[in-house]
Amino acid sequence: MFADIVVKKGLNLSLVGQSARKILNPKLSKNFSIYPADFHGVFPKLVVKENDIVKAGDVLFYDKNSEKVKFCSPVSGRVEEIVRGDRRVVLEIKIVSDEKETYKKLSSVKSKKPHDIIDFLASSGLMPFIKQRPYDVIANPDILPNHIYISGFDSSPLAADFEYCLKDQLENIQTAIDHLSLLTNGKTFLTLKKGNSNVFKDIEGVSKINVSGPHPSGNLSTVINKITPINKGDIIWTLNLPDLAIIGNAISTNKFVADRIIALTGSSFNETCYVKSRIGCSIEKLLDLNETNSRIISGNVLTGTQVGMKGYLRFYSNEITAIPEGNDYDLFGWAKPMFNKFSVSRALTFSWLFPSKKYDLNTNTNGEHRAFVVTGSFEEVFPLDIFPMQILKACMYKDLDEMEALGMYEVSPDDFALTEFICVSKQPHQSIIRQGLDLMKKEIG
Amino acid sequence: MSIKSKLHEIKETFKGKKMAPAFNAFHTFLYTPNEVTSSGTHVKVADDLKRTMNTVIMSLVPCLIFGIFNAGYQHNLAIDAANGIYTQASLFGNFLTFENLMIGSMKVLPLVIVSYVVGLTVEFIFAVIKGHEVEEGYLVTGMLVPLIVPVDLPLWMLAVSVVFGVIIGKEVFGGTGMNILNPALTIRAFLFFAYPTWMSGDKVWVHDAVNRAGTPDAISGETILGSYAQNQEIIYSLSDMFYGFIPGSVGETSKLLIVFGALFLIFSKIGSWRIITSTLLGALVMGLIFNGVIETGLVTNSSKFYGLMSVPFWEHLLIGSILFGAVFMATDPVTAAQTNKGKWIYGFLIGFISIMIRVFNPAYPEGVFLAILLMNVFAPTIDHFVIQSNVKMRLNRLKIKTA
Repeated sequence: MFADIVVKKGLNLSLVGQSARKILNPKLSKNFSIYPADFHGVFPKLVVKENDIVKAGDVLFYDKNSEKVKFCSPVSGRVEEIVRGDRRVVLEIKIVSDEKETYKKLSSVKSKKPHDIIDFLASSGLMPFIKQRPYDVIANPDILPNHIYISGFDSSPLAADFEYCLKDQLENIQTAIDHLSLLTNGKTFLTLKKGNSNVFKDIEGVSKINVSGPHPSGNLSTVINKITPINKGDIIWTLNLPDLAIIGNAISTNKFVADRIIALTGSSFNETCYVKSRIGCSIEKLLDLNETNSRIISGNVLTGTQVGMKGYLRFYSNEITAIPEGNDYDLFGWAKPMFNKFSVSRALTFSWLFPSKKYDLNTNTNGEHRAFVVTGSFEEVFPLDIFPMQILKACMYKDLDEMEALGMYEVSPDDFALTEFICVSKQPHQSIIRQGLDLMKKEIG
Repeated sequence: MSIKSKLHEIKETFKGKKMAPAFNAFHTFLYTPNEVTSSGTHVKVADDLKRTMNTVIMSLVPCLIFGIFNAGYQHNLAIDAANGIYTQASLFGNFLTFENLMIGSMKVLPLVIVSYVVGLTVEFIFAVIKGHEVEEGYLVTGMLVPLIVPVDLPLWMLAVSVVFGVIIGKEVFGGTGMNILNPALTIRAFLFFAYPTWMSGDKVWVHDAVNRAGTPDAISGETILGSYAQNQEIIYSLSDMFYGFIPGSVGETSKLLIVFGALFLIFSKIGSWRIITSTLLGALVMGLIFNGVIETGLVTNSSKFYGLMSVPFWEHLLIGSILFGAVFMATDPVTAAQTNKGKWIYGFLIGFISIMIRVFNPAYPEGVFLAILLMNVFAPTIDHFVIQSNVKMRLNRLKIKTA
């Protein structure tokens, strides 16, 4: 048993539109789409052509750099269109459901030996659910990890409550843990939010870690940094609990059932709730909005992807967030006292007066992009034992030695979501870190 | 058609053109732009750099207003003194008077206007040439400059040094956020070294004292530091020093208002309390050391250092511009140390060196700006060592693991 972890530095951003606790089960849309861009660093090699008939679980494409890793269709139907971009890069694979729900029978796990389990995961399209540190990319199936970390809660603003969505999935989660924990000689950790109801208390075979404190207490980097900080050469695999449930289900039923219970959150929804949906499913019909000028995000407001009104549920998302767009001017917005917007300073911004107020934030940048000027604020919301501004600057001037020395192996872009949110200079921290990680992966490997 | 949509249309016509940054600078001054987040986080905090800079300016406004009145007050006081009339300072009696305001405004407002117009013109030119937005850094610099110069400074000197300071102090390094030296202090240093006869001596601190020097109407313009450096009797009471009814640079005499400014900056989380505290701490420690030296009897009152060395250590904070420097200059985040530990070291050394220069350089007893400029240069080195400890921790971890 591990000691509880208390995260002190961080920030809880409370927004209007937390999902109401009810699960709806609307009819799934016929339109599905898979975006290779969700899988960072993957170079897709297509296996299917337009108008091919696929079953749920049939391979759509694989990664050219790691051919074992397959990506499967979440639905049975017809490949309607393959949208390509510049230099014929695959942007989107559109599939129209036949509504028959036929599943390909996956090969079963042959034995409990690691390579058999890995073969099953890779060939069944489950490997993409497992990410690795360093670099925060899909795990390399050829190198087994030192440890495996599973995130049991999401501390991001308006995030789906895993305990609520997964209360019926305990068996699947247990199955997945039983198999995955065989893949490492080290430990398998599960982070849980301290003080939550004990839905996951009976899960066995993992070291449970109770984490308390503000966001990013749910981010695995925060916990890894405290328990087994990543050194050069270490490999850590990370997973989210909802993805684990899909893996577990695939192991026990031999079907790739990519169903998720997702949260519809954000102030633009007339009614927030949880709905049963599926990876890649069109979300158009779920959007009952009170404001047409809204930003639709697959994921949360800090790390999610903008998908638009005709968007689809992205591969890793557990919520759809809708917030008002902020494409309007604000008279003297830089000088006047601010009551309705969030701030970590007190420079005529008054959110410090109302710690429990819920904010209805829009997507306005509240200012223009500038060079880094203010110092000392990022450290307040960044719990890792790393200098955030210095590592960002090292990424900007591409000094590989410095990036490595400052701890680049330990971070993922998500860890810089909060510093990006509070950045007065409106710098794109997450993409700076992502580009830094890409560079390191390319140069150091 | 509203102003908002009209400006929006003009902005669209400027898009991609050379003059766009110049127009946008005015436009974004009126309206925060309609820009929305495109990648990364979909929401952002309310603060931008304009708000940050504006907060600093607000904390400086009381000092400026006081400086305006004080310019007139010191002028009248010196004239009275020359005529043999001595009066006590009283806030509503002879300080906040219309006459003081008029004299002060005539002298100080031109300094402010020249500082802003010249400095911002340089910024605009660079923004248009380099095709980036006009950055807000100069808003604070432009306010600081008039506050740290003598009231009688000729405007052309100010203009020349502002051009020098902004170009050499900032733009050659890449603009706001990239500079190594504090631009306001670069301007001050340029003034000091380019026009030493003007900037030092005992006349420049009171309006009209220079003009009248050598005439029968001559008035005194000496600062407290100057008097100390010459081992003269100090004629000002402690309360005068604290409230600021003393001659000195325009905005840095009133310690009370500087303390208010400091509290506002610390409260709003814009100024670094670490730097402010450690700077004052450093100054006090150095003052204590000098007091100790005096007590040992090594330095007697025949020494030229005796005057300033024997100042009680805490009184150093009340005279000269150490307080102003600690609150508004040392805290400039771009040129200060950027790590929290580094800030403590950086501030402490500023305070320490300031008082050292003050005591050992009686020709020009104000060492704060030199100390800050010096530490600006060393700030990256301080940060480097702070960061190295983190790097070493990581390397050690790896060694233990592989061992």
